[in-house]
Amino acid sequence: MTASNGMSNQRPETGSFFQRDREWHPPALTPQYKTSVLRSPQRALISLDNTISEITGPTFGHNIIGELDNDLILNFANPGQSAIGERIIVYGRVLDERGKGVPNVLVEFWQANAGGRYRHKKDGYLAPLDPNFGGCGRTITGEDGFYSFRTIKPGPYPWPNGVNDWRPRHIHFSIFGNGFAQRLITQMYFEGDPLIWKCPIVSTIPSREAIEALIAPLDMESTIPMDSMAYKFDIVLRGRRSTLFENRLEGN
Amino acid sequence: MQTLARLKETASQTAGPYVHIGLTPNFCDIGGIYPADLGTQLVNDKTRGERITVKSRVIDGSGTVLKDALVEIWQADADGLYNSPAEMRGSADPNFTGWGRCPADMDTGEFVFQTIKPGRVPFRDGRLMAPHITFWIVARGINLGLHTRMYFGDEDKANAEDPILQRVEHKVRVPTLIAPRDGDVYTFDIHLQGDKETIFFDI
Repeated sequence: MTASNGMSNQRPETGSFFQRDREWHPPALTPQYKTSVLRSPQRALISLDNTISEITGPTFGHNIIGELDNDLILNFANPGQSAIGERIIVYGRVLDERGKGVPNVLVEFWQANAGGRYRHKKDGYLAPLDPNFGGCGRTITGEDGFYSFRTIKPGPYPWPNGVNDWRPRHIHFSIFGNGFAQRLITQMYFEGDPLIWKCPIVSTIPSREAIEALIAPLDMESTIPMDSMAYKFDIVLRGRRSTLFENRLEGN
Repeated sequence: MQTLARLKETASQTAGPYVHIGLTPNFCDIGGIYPADLGTQLVNDKTRGERITVKSRVIDGSGTVLKDALVEIWQADADGLYNSPAEMRGSADPNFTGWGRCPADMDTGEFVFQTIKPGRVPFRDGRLMAPHITFWIVARGINLGLHTRMYFGDEDKANAEDPILQRVEHKVRVPTLIAPRDGDVYTFDIHLQGDKETIFFDI
């Protein structure tokens, strides 16, 4: 792990982050998603203006990324083979709330295979594993915050919540920003999937507008003809206050 | 009037029960993609500071230990400097990452971090905070990652003057953030809910 700010001669930003809008995010207690009932704090969170412990965060050098890390069709496949399913490209930008691209940050993603089966010993779904599909990938955003990866479109799968609950097709995302307070995990859904509006995990999010922002549109202009379709998914992290007139610490 | 035209942060969703596939694939037997899982090693032979072990568990409102949680920690080095581009006070120990990631043991639910005791870092007004490690907790059933801090049970004086702990109105809750020491091991149990509920922060 190395500091990746050697790419720029701008000073890193050190302002605190915009307050998180907790009416926009899902609340902790969402009884329709049953596991949240015993795993949700009941007392109020204690609010803190960011200290240096939250303004700072780890960075990852491009040197950790292997050649196939962002290609889930090939990164677990046997030589000469590839994963089965709808071949897609997922791409987008990591931005902050000010609309600025966030370069050089780690994006990790994981998903089920085309039949909705995860490569995990706790997943007992009867749909089979794909011997050429692992289900994880990662990349580091480029200049302006762009990222992309190639994978197969994951299938929906049933889960023990209600007696007949099915997750929509989705890809999990884990994103680092520049400060630990920006740390975020979310899920990307696919345009037009009718299961989105029936899902108790999706509906933990209070507003339709916030849910729509998790749905990736099909982007025919970014497909590779005769090869892969494409979906665009932009991710927005917390913005950062400017430090134009920041009070100096005592002693500085 | 012009508009502020800000974007909204992407809404969080639970990490789910299979978070290991993405964040610690080697831990869940998906080998050969990454050489090693990220965040498993914070220190090396040259790291400065007092070596310690931090053991932690996450416990739900019924008293059951979570076996599928994942925790990340973030801390300063022995001199109180963060290994981050936003650290403007000096250069942190290059042999200390400051960041760790650990999945719960699938049988015991335990997290173990081999790290060093962090130095003190300043609060916004320059007062020193007590040594602490920031924790970020995700799991199935947790819709938005939880932030908390672990303070050290053998730092009574520093803890008493810590500006964050001083801000806690219900002093009876402060001990939920303080990990007792036994030898080189600090034990930090995180209670999501109930009488012993850990303090979580909106930061």
